[in-house]
Amino acid sequence: MTQDEVIIAIKDIIAQIAPDEDLTNLEMDVRLREQIELDSMDFLDIVMELRKLYGVQVPEKDYMELATLAGCVKYLHPLLEKKPLHCAQGAPIS
Amino acid sequence: MSGRSSPRAKYYRGSTDGRRPLGHDPLAKVRAAYDVVVIGSGLAGLTAANVLGKLGHRVALFEQHYNFGGLATWFKRRGGHVFDISLHGFPVGMIKTCRRHWTLEIAQRIVRLDSIRFDNPQFRFETAFTRADFTEKLVGVFGAERSRVEEFFAHLRAMNFYDANRETVAEVFERFFPGRNDIHRLLLEPIAYANGSALDDPAIAYGIVFSNFMSSGVYTFSGGTDLLVGLMRAELERNRVELFSNAEVERILVENGAAVGVVVGGREVRAGAVLSNASLGTTVQRLVGPGHFEASFAQGVSAVRLNNSSCQVYMGLTEGATIPFVTDLLFSSSRERFDSRSLCDFHGESRTFSFYYPKTRPQSERYAVVSSTNANWGDWAGLSQEQYEREKAKLAADTLRELERHVPGVTSKLDHVEVATPRTFGFYTQHPEGTSFGTKFEGLEYSLKLHEQVRGLFHAGSVGIIMSGWLGAANYGVIAAAKLDPYLAGLATLAAAKGR
Repeated sequence: MTQDEVIIAIKDIIAQIAPDEDLTNLEMDVRLREQIELDSMDFLDIVMELRKLYGVQVPEKDYMELATLAGCVKYLHPLLEKKPLHCAQGAPIS
Repeated sequence: MSGRSSPRAKYYRGSTDGRRPLGHDPLAKVRAAYDVVVIGSGLAGLTAANVLGKLGHRVALFEQHYNFGGLATWFKRRGGHVFDISLHGFPVGMIKTCRRHWTLEIAQRIVRLDSIRFDNPQFRFETAFTRADFTEKLVGVFGAERSRVEEFFAHLRAMNFYDANRETVAEVFERFFPGRNDIHRLLLEPIAYANGSALDDPAIAYGIVFSNFMSSGVYTFSGGTDLLVGLMRAELERNRVELFSNAEVERILVENGAAVGVVVGGREVRAGAVLSNASLGTTVQRLVGPGHFEASFAQGVSAVRLNNSSCQVYMGLTEGATIPFVTDLLFSSSRERFDSRSLCDFHGESRTFSFYYPKTRPQSERYAVVSSTNANWGDWAGLSQEQYEREKAKLAADTLRELERHVPGVTSKLDHVEVATPRTFGFYTQHPEGTSFGTKFEGLEYSLKLHEQVRGLFHAGSVGIIMSGWLGAANYGVIAAAKLDPYLAGLATLAAAKGR
């Protein structure tokens, strides 16, 4: 997965969890929770989807690393580099 | 409350508290080892088990009672009566939690209550129980300033669990609506019934739960608790979770500082991790034993205050009898002024009525009313059997008199009236002091940190007020599963490295 594909992977998971949110213009460096309606339970769901889809374990102490899209790329790219991008069921890749 | 049960005893399915020997071995199919053992099947235990099963772990769930669901339960009585214990109402967030962590079918059966009413000497009205309607009531009925009301709601919504702010509920109320006992009553009384919140509790716990309700009103499960738990069991089985009822865990096994299984029904069952949905105190003091924790931690757990218990009166209408639609949920009180302590008064003047019409169970034509009051264990625990029966009869009579005020003529239509007290709750849940809302706020921190003391030991259940109620408990199950899953992955990595 490239860094851009990591962003696609994350957006795909968010699209599943918050289907009513528009994800097209998300800023890289602004906290996700300030841009879309995501509560702490949604955030847990993102972490669990990462585990289900890509086998990536994010321990609780690292949750804050995923607060922004840029943070997600920085934290997740080394873990996802050798894994192919695939999408959660039914979610369109844009 | 009875003494310690033997593992080969079960509850009578009758109106008298008691146990009798089991005719079969509830653990006949249990395996020697699992990835995870879950102790207790409250909504937190059930939800955690389901999430972990879906993630591919082999899960066994042991429940000491014959029913699954913990306090999310129901019982049946002769004459076709079905009574729900805790189906009064929960926030809309339950739909999302059920859709993501249970099934679409369960989520789609969650429906909004049509009506909620208050009736007390300070105010009487119907409300949608939303921010918009509460704002109208606070401005129009109570004469509060609109901007002040907006600020109050904004303040509650902005509360962050990780802030160190430990302002109490009373302090927040006084700051926004000084001296307005009637407003304080409107804001707190319903939440006190929902999760045991009191004026001297941290405002954060109140604020989160109140904001959850205010987002969209109060919801219930269409079909009744029996259908909900039935659908949950089916989903658990699809996810290969093995369910055992009448199976009381006696001990959690700890080796080299890590939880490695349980003793249940005299049998040792090994596990990579243990998730306890038993009460926090029971988990630490009885199931594990305080010796496995740092002394300060074990002492801290002993000092965690329990939340209050409840009394309920179950009133079933005769087959064919009907009542007109009054409301779904009625907060009723004859007490002149509000204070949260008095909600737990022995034979107090405040109670809720949950009305169950045929719409609750579309498959049935029956009506029932369940009254709930908050209650203290100490008021009921020491009574002799004779006193106990007398006080229960008084509670039933008081409750019927109040109900009659709201629904004239209802008494003559009832053919079953039954009372539950803190002793009843204690007996069936085995919670210390029959607590129906777990622990006070400080319990949450200990619950969250259990695994820092004993590796592989996790807890989920009614703690800290925030995690109480159906939504709080179910969400805590998800949170605990999300913590437990990486721990199991770590064990697997370790095992693979050793095998190499």
